[in-house]
Amino acid sequence: MAIEVGTFGPATGVVTAAPPAVPDALERETVARGREYRSLMRKWWFGASIGVVTMVMSYPWLFPVLREWFPRESAQLWWVWAGMGVASLAVLAYSGNQFFTGAWQGLRHRSANMHTLIAMGTGIAWVYSTIALLVPELFPASEYTEVYYDVTVVVTALVVLGLAMELRAKGRTSDAIKKLIGLQAKTARVVRDGQEIDVPVEAVAVGDLVVVRPGEKIPVDGEIADGASALDESMVTGESMPVEKRVGDDVIGATINRTGAFRFRATRVGKDTALASIIRMVQDAQGSKVPVQRIVDVVSGYFTPAVAILAILGFMAWYTFGPAPALVYALIVAVTTLIIACPCALGMATPMSLTTGVGLGALNGILIRGGEALQTAQKLQTIVLDKTGTITHGKPVLTDVVVAGPFPEDELLRLAGGVEKSSEHPLAAAIVEAAVARGLALPDAEAFNAVPGHGIEARVDGRSVLLGNLKLMRDREVPVGTLEAEALRLSDEGKTPMYVAIDDKPAGIVAVADTVKADSREAIRALSAMGLEVVMMTGDNERTARAIAREVGVERVLSEVLPEDKAAQVQMLQLEGKTVGMVGDGINDAPALAQADVGFAIGTGTDVAIAASDITLIKGSLRGVVMAIQISRATMLGLPVALGALYPVFGILLSPLLAALAMSFSSVTVIANANRLKRWKPKGLPRRAEA
Amino acid sequence: MTWDTIVVNAVGLALIAFIVWFFWLVKTKGARAALTSGGYQEQMVLVKGGYTPDAIVVERGKPVRLNFVRQESAACSEMVLLPAFGKSANLPEGETVAVEFMPAEPGEYEFSCQMGMLRGRVIVEA
Repeated sequence: MAIEVGTFGPATGVVTAAPPAVPDALERETVARGREYRSLMRKWWFGASIGVVTMVMSYPWLFPVLREWFPRESAQLWWVWAGMGVASLAVLAYSGNQFFTGAWQGLRHRSANMHTLIAMGTGIAWVYSTIALLVPELFPASEYTEVYYDVTVVVTALVVLGLAMELRAKGRTSDAIKKLIGLQAKTARVVRDGQEIDVPVEAVAVGDLVVVRPGEKIPVDGEIADGASALDESMVTGESMPVEKRVGDDVIGATINRTGAFRFRATRVGKDTALASIIRMVQDAQGSKVPVQRIVDVVSGYFTPAVAILAILGFMAWYTFGPAPALVYALIVAVTTLIIACPCALGMATPMSLTTGVGLGALNGILIRGGEALQTAQKLQTIVLDKTGTITHGKPVLTDVVVAGPFPEDELLRLAGGVEKSSEHPLAAAIVEAAVARGLALPDAEAFNAVPGHGIEARVDGRSVLLGNLKLMRDREVPVGTLEAEALRLSDEGKTPMYVAIDDKPAGIVAVADTVKADSREAIRALSAMGLEVVMMTGDNERTARAIAREVGVERVLSEVLPEDKAAQVQMLQLEGKTVGMVGDGINDAPALAQADVGFAIGTGTDVAIAASDITLIKGSLRGVVMAIQISRATMLGLPVALGALYPVFGILLSPLLAALAMSFSSVTVIANANRLKRWKPKGLPRRAEA
Repeated sequence: MTWDTIVVNAVGLALIAFIVWFFWLVKTKGARAALTSGGYQEQMVLVKGGYTPDAIVVERGKPVRLNFVRQESAACSEMVLLPAFGKSANLPEGETVAVEFMPAEPGEYEFSCQMGMLRGRVIVEA
């Protein structure tokens, strides 16, 4: 059986699962970034220390002692300035070398970039100063012959500092990914040849039996084969309560086993695990683009040459029409324009905020597919919620037992459970489950007869039991009496009542309903508070729909919607001019999810729905929708801030030094925004994270 | 208007004309991607201050593999985006990173760094 050996490779000692390549590449990137950062910081300190001296010595007449030592137009001052010229050349060559090499390489590709601008700005200032120093007789008056070495040095130093800050901020955005990778277990205890042995997690293959003890991490995804336990899945789903797991339940790699010991069969390993796909999704988001960025792209292709043209026009205008000394002013204007227009913050802010936002989502159990979804989520005006499985658990449970005869509640339930045990109706399962949960031993039913559209009849414990709707009772001439009013009340509450008759006498009502998830109400309230219109969509009849809507506080209800019409309903809302988000879980929701501007899939739902959605809520709670929209709003808020810092008006006569400062500052803004996002907490939702 | 302002303005206008011509009007011809035995149209792209070559000519309907090699440490170029084909890739310094896509429609498609400062074109011929 060669095939089997191949499938279960590790049994023969062959390792088939490839180790995830992610941590390695990330590690190298971190090292490379660290090296680049330290190099930039050395350049900054070199530039900054020379910059301080240069600034002071450019204006010695402003300082009491220096004024006497180095008077204007003295030979001493000339020598000091000459020294500054040499020192600033050193700064250009060392701290600023990447600008010149970058500019040169760019020019060879007929492209201009930020390096071109900085190189031109600082280079022009240096050349002008040097000419003024060496051949002052070229200039008409002495006020033209001042030097601008301070501009050269300080601008270079500040821009280098800005680059270093950028790099540091970028490193932080990958924190989310690192954190996720850190969740991975390092080793797994698997059963091989009847023995438990520890192997690296990479060596676990699909089909392996893995042993997990209390307090240990689940190494890979799988299905419990024996044993039971409570698992802490908060790191993957955001769910803070431990989740009970039994034989047959799925377990997720990287979650922590709390109470019991169990063994599970590995179903997904390596890059196929849930954690690996989350990591991949976060990484993908890094490269995804948003509409804002597209505009930036179009602009930046023309940007740099346009800035150069603008600088030349500025020079011409100031030289022709400006006040004396026109040459000096014209030069300052041109250099300032070149330096202030550096688009680095513009290009950086968008991807950085996006990555931070997506990472933040991932840490809260919200998978955001790409930047577009993140950007659109904050514009949503209407949220359409599928009822079954989204607002509710999607599974009927027993809600009421009404007693109207000699039989006590438990006896009624026991007999009803006995009848329903043989039924395949989904509502039957709810009654059986409730009876079992109360510790009732269910008797077996005989002479079982299902009456389609009416209910069932059977003999249990020697008694004849009828269970069904009013029609069944009327058919069998069972007087329901006051029970009918009870039944009406229950159906008004959105429940499905079923009459129970024992030995042809009315015994009571059992009612089942698809109950509302504990936090649906607060999530819907939070959505309304955020100014969103909440719409509930369901295939249920109007009455049931209204009952649920009242319970959770939804005003607009679309009831009796056929599965195939769901997408059309979403489109109708879009035609009203709304930006529509759709939340759903089922296969029948998939078209509507794709139609919506942003589709949210409940992660406990079907794979099809998840594939059709833009955002997946791993934890099956509507709180995720609230958080996703809040994250989106927080993220997109950061963009205008960063963009705004870039263009503090094309400051005519804003000094080149201030221009460089503004540039560095825009980098700081970006970092501040990333930090702001990191401190983000959901608003309007109670702390409790129970679903 | 004195002679010096005339000279300054004339030089300025000439510079502007040069910039427009140099950056926008001249189009490079582009390198034709070589067809390999695997059926891919392959082209090595050097990433250093820009993309060399920055125009790549390919045929439609045959898969294209661009092998990017980044030989600089500046963070500017650490990612390449091909928005038209929905592709992006991180370019660790000194490593060859392959980006594959299928050119379905003839036309010119841009690729760029994450900031859109470095640019190149894929020219898909019918």
